[in-house]
Amino acid sequence: MGLLNKFFKTSVPELNRIPSGSFTLDGKGNLVSSTVPTWFPPSHLHDIGQNIVAIFRDAQQAQLQLSELIVHYGALKIIARELRGGAIIFLSPKAAQSPVALTK
Amino acid sequence: MQTLEQQPELAREAQTETRRDKVLIVDDQQELLDIYREWLSNLPSRPEVHASSTGARAIALLDSEHFDLLVTDLRMPKMDGLQVLAIVRRKFPSLRLVVLTGVTDEAYRSRAYAMGVDLFCQKPTTKEEAQAFEACIESLLGREKEAGGFRGVQSKSLMDIIQLECLSQSSSVLRIVHQALNGKIWVQGGDVIDAEASSLAGEDAFKEIMSWKTGSFEILPADPHRPRTIHSSYHGLLLDSAQAMDESHTEFITKSDTEIERATGSPMAKLARFEGVEFVLEATTDGKAPRAWGVENPEVLLGWAKQTRERLKGIGNLLQAGPLGHVQGNGLQRHVSLSDHEKGILCIGFRRDMNAEQVLQTTKQVFTKWVS
Repeated sequence: MGLLNKFFKTSVPELNRIPSGSFTLDGKGNLVSSTVPTWFPPSHLHDIGQNIVAIFRDAQQAQLQLSELIVHYGALKIIARELRGGAIIFLSPKAAQSPVALTK
Repeated sequence: MQTLEQQPELAREAQTETRRDKVLIVDDQQELLDIYREWLSNLPSRPEVHASSTGARAIALLDSEHFDLLVTDLRMPKMDGLQVLAIVRRKFPSLRLVVLTGVTDEAYRSRAYAMGVDLFCQKPTTKEEAQAFEACIESLLGREKEAGGFRGVQSKSLMDIIQLECLSQSSSVLRIVHQALNGKIWVQGGDVIDAEASSLAGEDAFKEIMSWKTGSFEILPADPHRPRTIHSSYHGLLLDSAQAMDESHTEFITKSDTEIERATGSPMAKLARFEGVEFVLEATTDGKAPRAWGVENPEVLLGWAKQTRERLKGIGNLLQAGPLGHVQGNGLQRHVSLSDHEKGILCIGFRRDMNAEQVLQTTKQVFTKWVS
């Protein structure tokens, strides 16, 4: 199976990782603090934060008055808490599960 | 001259020819594509193998014709495998997905499974691993797409699967997923020793899981340290479960929902009878008018729900975090949850004394009933 050596690439592009950490936005949408790794673009944090703040704001207009939002994705959980017009947002990638053995 | 009946080999080939599976392979290395194509073309089911060196071209191919299976690498330039999976899982929910990669990071394995792949394989390094990979692909292609049964062992009921595990004196953990619900059954030396589903445990959880008619399952390694909470024999458990299913089915059909719907005049009322539910609102994608039960301002709420779903899907795409699951909003006056499905969107309101875990579990139960 010498041809199988071809499976290992000499130079490979990196895959995007899901960041873990928290960040805070103030009432004006400015990023106040962050523990999210620096490789994750701040512009993405800003986009996420703006959307979350908008969800809280629109909920208020729909008379829902939400103080916390928990979002479940396949590989990520987001918990966001409303902070006087801003928000603190926690990003938690879901833990690895036991792999299924590859057998015949 | 021999007829096909006289030549079983020919007959089999002719039959295979009429319903050949179509496989699409994605990898940025052309020489690997050639190797894969050769491997897969020689499988016993003789699938029709197509290849693409980019994710974008693969998606274009999937758009233009039907495929049964997609095999993709993860690390590729421009559009990587995770991006391909995210798009493909959303656009082609019934397509079987296999990741074949040199990436060994467990985080990517679990992330790929979370995105709904059927199989995550390391690129084979030995002849045995290559053969195992081929066997897995052949097995995936052989599974017929039936309406019922469990993905993994199509056409088998969960009862069959438990019986197989117990009869073979196996030790394993069965993880079962039914719609939004998750359950686990621990089997030790051929005995069912424990189960959990939502907030239930032990025999109650076992019966709950056994009432699920469809779903997917995986067999996890045994957990020999799991404390035993179930002491009945598996025969007795399966008999009790079968009886309970018969009774609940009769009640479900003849009493509960029909009577509730007739009494309230609202088909949504049956969804609102779960503990803690204050209101229910649905908007389906089939063009029917939104339906609600117990909502004061359905148009406003629906507007928020739809906009929130789009915003959160945008975040999910940005992070490549997999499909959007349930969303919980907790408030001082009430809690609310959103669930997205190809059928539409479901919004549920809850009493404020429900805690986050109760809201999530009840959401899953209502969602499952709504989808079914």
